[in-house]
Amino acid sequence: MQNNPFSIACLDLAAAVKRRALITLLAWQDIRQRYRRSALGPFWLTLSMSVMIGAIGLVFSQVFKSPAQDFLPFIAIGIILWTFISNIIIEGCTGFIAAENIIKQLPIPLFVHILRMVWRNILILGHNIVIFPIVLLIVGKPLGLVALLSIPGFILTTINLTWVALILATICTRYRDMPQMVASLIQVMFYLTPIIWMPKTISAHVSGYLLNLNPVFHLVEIMRAPLLGTMPTATNWLVSIAMAIIGSVLALAFYGNYRRRIPYWL
Amino acid sequence: MARIEFSNVSVDFPIYNANGRSLKNHLIKVATGGQLNTDQQGRVLVRALENLTFTLQDGDRVGIVGHNGAGKSTLLRLLSGVYFPSRGSVKINGEISSLIDISLGIDHEATGRENIYIRGSLLGLSKAVINKNIDEIIEFSELGGFADMPVRTYSSGMHLRLAFAVSTIVHPQILLMDEWLSVGDEGFKEKARTRMHELVDKTSILVIASHSKEQLLQVCNRIIWLEHGRILMDGDATQVAEMYFSKKP
Repeated sequence: MQNNPFSIACLDLAAAVKRRALITLLAWQDIRQRYRRSALGPFWLTLSMSVMIGAIGLVFSQVFKSPAQDFLPFIAIGIILWTFISNIIIEGCTGFIAAENIIKQLPIPLFVHILRMVWRNILILGHNIVIFPIVLLIVGKPLGLVALLSIPGFILTTINLTWVALILATICTRYRDMPQMVASLIQVMFYLTPIIWMPKTISAHVSGYLLNLNPVFHLVEIMRAPLLGTMPTATNWLVSIAMAIIGSVLALAFYGNYRRRIPYWL
Repeated sequence: MARIEFSNVSVDFPIYNANGRSLKNHLIKVATGGQLNTDQQGRVLVRALENLTFTLQDGDRVGIVGHNGAGKSTLLRLLSGVYFPSRGSVKINGEISSLIDISLGIDHEATGRENIYIRGSLLGLSKAVINKNIDEIIEFSELGGFADMPVRTYSSGMHLRLAFAVSTIVHPQILLMDEWLSVGDEGFKEKARTRMHELVDKTSILVIASHSKEQLLQVCNRIIWLEHGRILMDGDATQVAEMYFSKKP
């Protein structure tokens, strides 16, 4: 019998990967359900995101007196990526709670529900990311080859977000106050992370603490910097890789330990 | 070969929202000297099943009887693999399918056809299998032109027929049911009955929770009688049914 937490978790993960057809189907279903009977469908995502970026871009480029050519692409990609990150973390909290009906009736690996949520947000990111090249065109900023580095950055960030979501989903199922706590924490992180303000606008002394000690900054940076034509720093990569490895192992052990209790908590 | 082995299986539900742990309740408990059923960590526990031991083998058609709250649903959830026992061990060999809540996963805004894919995938069917069966499912459920309409436009009868038609294309070795599935008007009922019997004939083990004596005697060869989470009787269907149903007021 496989009874140690780590192998319980790995078996669950493997079983979920085997059912990837179900994961992608349900994720699409989630998006379609939200926009059914609307003419634009999922492109409402793109449209509302464009409006938000336009508004924030206009206001803050005035506040910070930054040239639009730098600031607009920065804020566009920043908000798109932040939406991706924060949605996975916030929806991660209800990963199991939202799937209560299924979990209580069908023996589907619980990882399916986490991966469904992650996949759904990847699809949403896919709809939002089309705004970025349009913004680049508008301000006349070229996209270099270095942009390709954002792909490994994206994969690394997604792995990190998945393990965070797994841990949060487990804890939040047991302690129902947690989702509220996480939501307010995310709000704070939005201001602490350079999304609507550029790192260069604050003094080097402060930014050392504010940036390097902020794990979200590294995750944003490995995706954003290449798209804006610069290389992420070695620290960005190292922190992200280390978090992905250590975090995944810890999350699997943690999840495996409580896997069997989760249906009882619902 | 399908086989199910339960040895000393118990299930405890921790109740977290019963205020069992709040300070106020704790103080009241001290003051009144009341007794709450709690574990070492002070959690409120409800014992749903206690020390179940039994083995099911190929050819077993098992009925589960018992009053409400006797633990029938919990037992079905243990069998389906949704719950893991708090104590004891459950060994299950064979592919399981449950016909409990056949409407689960049906999206009212999606069309009947889309719902066949959703529901089928939830039951573990591959896309290829669904593709192969989809015409038959639509024909069986008598949806006609409605197959490509959103399910919210369906009558409740059509809705159930669709759920029934998709859910019964599985061919599991172990089949779980909460009450015998019977849907639709008179004409469809007959078709559904035939389909159910075909399905049951193909499975190695059937476990069905039911309140209907007639139904139990018709399909079961063994009945387990649960009361307060314990097995009160386990044996030949006719004998147990006689005892159980005659005890009823």
